[in-house]
Amino acid sequence: MSVDLAIVGAGPAGMAAAVEAAEHGLSVVVLDDQPEPGGQIYRGIERAGPGLSAILGDEYEAGRALVEDFRSARIDYRPNSAVWRLDAGARIACSRDGAASTVVAGRVLIATGAMERPVPIPGAERPGVMGAGAAQVLLKASGLVPTGRVVLAGSGPLLLLVGCQLLDAGAEVAAVLETTVGGDYLDAAPSLPRALSGWRDLARGVAMKRRLRRAGVEFRSGVSGLAATGDAVRFDGGEIACDLLLLHEGVAPQTHLSRQAGLRHRWHAEQRHWAPAVDSLGRTEEETVLVAGDAGGIAGARAAALSGRIAARLAAGADPARLAAALDRERAMRPLLDRLFRPHTVLPADEALVCRCESLTGGDIRQAVRDGAMGPNQLKAFARAGMGPCQGRMCGLAAAEIVADERGLPVEEVGSFRIRPPIKPLTLGELAAMEGETAEAEAL
Amino acid sequence: MFRRLPEREATITVEIDGKPVPAAPGDSVAAAMFAAGVAAFRHAPVDGGPRGPWCAMGVCFECLVEIDGEPNRQACMTPVREGLRVRRRLEGARQEP
Repeated sequence: MSVDLAIVGAGPAGMAAAVEAAEHGLSVVVLDDQPEPGGQIYRGIERAGPGLSAILGDEYEAGRALVEDFRSARIDYRPNSAVWRLDAGARIACSRDGAASTVVAGRVLIATGAMERPVPIPGAERPGVMGAGAAQVLLKASGLVPTGRVVLAGSGPLLLLVGCQLLDAGAEVAAVLETTVGGDYLDAAPSLPRALSGWRDLARGVAMKRRLRRAGVEFRSGVSGLAATGDAVRFDGGEIACDLLLLHEGVAPQTHLSRQAGLRHRWHAEQRHWAPAVDSLGRTEEETVLVAGDAGGIAGARAAALSGRIAARLAAGADPARLAAALDRERAMRPLLDRLFRPHTVLPADEALVCRCESLTGGDIRQAVRDGAMGPNQLKAFARAGMGPCQGRMCGLAAAEIVADERGLPVEEVGSFRIRPPIKPLTLGELAAMEGETAEAEAL
Repeated sequence: MFRRLPEREATITVEIDGKPVPAAPGDSVAAAMFAAGVAAFRHAPVDGGPRGPWCAMGVCFECLVEIDGEPNRQACMTPVREGLRVRRRLEGARQEP
């Protein structure tokens, strides 16, 4: 089948793009790997009652109207669809309910959002340790609240937000361990010019910190040497017992699809992640491929929705100027936020597990570099790093950091894993069932 | 490890390692497992160590379980439905060739 615009992802960017494109008369297919629209930021919002909504707050509730617009738009929405290949031109291969199929589109919008940056400290792979964002997903989607003592460790706005939300949900938050050096940077927020939209975010950060402190949560900043032991979190100069350790060092764009499609990527030196090379409107070097939302660089849900609408207007040949000005305002504070919330746990210790799939530690990766692996792709041959089911999603950034550090080169020079289709595990049965798609199958 | 807020009522039943456990419509299999007190979702195929989900959103592949007889399914990406059967892979390290 062929459509004007195929959108991958149904978070704020994908949903807003779909609504806008349909309003401009385009035929739209939306492929999303979740069962419901909303992405991770608005996950489960259609089922959220007043209790959960009060816990998750205004920023979450703001997604409800967008999801309603999305549901009533004249689009072909396909939930539970895992996209595993994108060819510029443009053609998408995906699987849904165990059946693979292709979509041919005039334009493709990559709106795959962000993932939580892996935090490769020793013991992070143990049960009882997960991303702070993962705990938030469980709260949003299923109303799950941790029992027992919870410790949050790392940096970034989400760390404090999840701490407050868990507190409101009745969890026992024992401590927040900030890896940020000089953890009181947020106190400077009220002195910043209020005209900037990001001021809101910083002011919220200050309020969240106060709220956690008032609730008796222990606060430490400049924490280093984090390690999970199974029933405690250890750090340089201390140890705190906990039943659940939630780690967070910010988020990174999900780049597997844009990588596999062959787009050029740029290294973000402060946030230490890759993002596809796009202009301010989300255009890539491939005319048929656009990128919107956090998949093109982290800017949050409001910016994501605006960039989604801009992409839809571009696809429809409409003028995006007014929206582009609003997006610029939304992003104005981003450089400052990027600097304030730099990730601190980027270079794993020798004993930390870096590649979870193949059980490779930081030490194993370092040894592979000493044995002659010049870049991330040689790590595959030397040590099988990035060759397991997650296809390097969990180890890619850390492995590249190690190679760069060992070789004394910047990360952008050592590069990243080459990503090949299928970017999601695919059964031979699914592939074989692709009717009339033998060329596709052979191309794999 | 987790409890459920009252507004997400568990009205269906799934089976984890042969044991019936309650789940709520809209749960992923991973959420239902957490709500049932499961911490270790599998043992890593290479080092044999116990693992649990990192991301709960389809990225980390640490939640791979057998679902209705099909191995290596992502528990966090599979919605629950009445009678769904989960089996964990807890047999330990893979054999070196």
